[in-house]
Amino acid sequence: MTSILSLAGVSKRFHAGTPSEVSALRKLHFTVEAGDFVTIIGSNGAGKSTLLKVVAGMVIPDTGTVTFEGRDITRSPVYRRAAVIGRIAQDPGDSTCATMTIEENLAMAERRGRPRGLRRAITPSARVRFAAALAPIGLGLEMRLLARVGTLSGGQRQALALLMATMAGAQLLLLDEHLAALDPRTAETVMALTQRLVAEHHLTTLMITHKMQDAIRIGNRLIMMHEGRVILDVRDVAKAALTVEALVARFHEAGGEISEDRVLLAT
Amino acid sequence: MAQLQALILNMFEQGFLFAFLGLGVLITFRFFRFPDLTAEGSYPLGGAVAAALLVHGLDPFVATLAAAAAGAGAGTITALIHTKLRINNIVAGIIAMTALYSVNLRVMGKANTPLLSTPSVFSETVDWLNRLGLNLHDNVFTTIPIALVLLVGAGLALIWFFATDLGLAVRATGQNEAMIASLGVDTDRTKMVGLALSNSFIALSGALVAQNHGFADIGMGVGILVTGAAAVLIGEAIFGDRTVTWWIVAVICGTVIYRLLVALALRIGFEPVDLRLVTAVLLLLALTIPRWRVLVLR
Repeated sequence: MTSILSLAGVSKRFHAGTPSEVSALRKLHFTVEAGDFVTIIGSNGAGKSTLLKVVAGMVIPDTGTVTFEGRDITRSPVYRRAAVIGRIAQDPGDSTCATMTIEENLAMAERRGRPRGLRRAITPSARVRFAAALAPIGLGLEMRLLARVGTLSGGQRQALALLMATMAGAQLLLLDEHLAALDPRTAETVMALTQRLVAEHHLTTLMITHKMQDAIRIGNRLIMMHEGRVILDVRDVAKAALTVEALVARFHEAGGEISEDRVLLAT
Repeated sequence: MAQLQALILNMFEQGFLFAFLGLGVLITFRFFRFPDLTAEGSYPLGGAVAAALLVHGLDPFVATLAAAAAGAGAGTITALIHTKLRINNIVAGIIAMTALYSVNLRVMGKANTPLLSTPSVFSETVDWLNRLGLNLHDNVFTTIPIALVLLVGAGLALIWFFATDLGLAVRATGQNEAMIASLGVDTDRTKMVGLALSNSFIALSGALVAQNHGFADIGMGVGILVTGAAAVLIGEAIFGDRTVTWWIVAVICGTVIYRLLVALALRIGFEPVDLRLVTAVLLLLALTIPRWRVLVLR
């Protein structure tokens, strides 16, 4: 297998030099193989979100390098990475544009990473493509191409965001607790869609979740983060053999506090 | 009766000429969600550039297009101050507006340029139509249809632009910048396109109004952003927040209604010195009426 993404010695401190200084990442080393589906767990402040933001280009690390397919992308801005990296955040408002219609959102996503000129964005053939892409989701969005995205439910918006992240050639999908704001049933539907799209487009995926069962059940690799480092990294057979109890025990060993255990065990 | 006719003609004439301003302000105030004070400098810049070129004998259409191009330049400068120097967008607009005051004086060489003896896009169009065998005069009855044709053309151009790939990206930049950046758009560039487009419309309005009023004046831009915002808000209060096409119709209607209300205010005894106060009250009403509408409908 070949590595697609690699982080070497990546550190990031926020509010450096002030009393509220936080080390979000501490000399983090992390390599992802092409085709990996990595689930990421850890307590609040472990650095999970910062890790994804460093990969997406939203946060530039203080030290270390980020390499994608052999190219150093440590300092390249978000929009330059967009051709190959799609990201979905927890808040359904973040990854779609509420005041624009479903078809306008899809048309913008379809041009991911390509130059945008004075070509008409939404043609009849584009509408046919969008409807065909929306229909299998099963939420009836293909009938509502002209609806504003702000009128959709959180689950519908995350489903649309998933389609937008995967429809136009991204190779790496970053999911930052994208199910956390959804009710359990909707979360299940959106998770099934996530797995289908990842398989269909052969995407490499990093998914942060606070649900231990999901972290164990989904994907081929699991990492646990604590205080800005990866403290557990298991894959394939070893991952399949994991239990929630074993993960909690491992978490205790690392010095996680009781109050944070409750967060981990919550679901 | 003659008074009522004059009132209505004035409403459409001034409304159509100021509607270009409203469309420009729409782009920044509603699509980009910030009040761009560059308008206070780019509107008189449009008047000054058109006036200076007309006085030098240039064709009115060339002079008017040059005015729009100058406005685009002003918007570009504000965008560069905002994006490259990382200055807050309102402050960037104030800086551009301040600088433009001197630029406008330099362009005209004086504080007021009369344009009574030079041709205008209106007189030029009337001459051209007369050469085709018509017998028209350059007055309010010809200015209204000419302004309307220009306005419809400009409105259609905006509707077309905001339906292109670039147009969608420009709109999304004002609505959810992080999202459109994550789709591969350099938002520094789309902000520049949006501000250039906005200020070219505002300068175009300044150029047309100067030709219609017969002079360009260094003070013609004072309070102009509020005039444009009032037109946008009146349109929004009536039509609500819908598609780009609706927004453009709403702003044109909003400008005409604004001009009617101003004319009515003068008719019922307010003096020109009171107009700013009237505008402020209209603005306040346009902002609060949508809330009352919700209460009434409930």
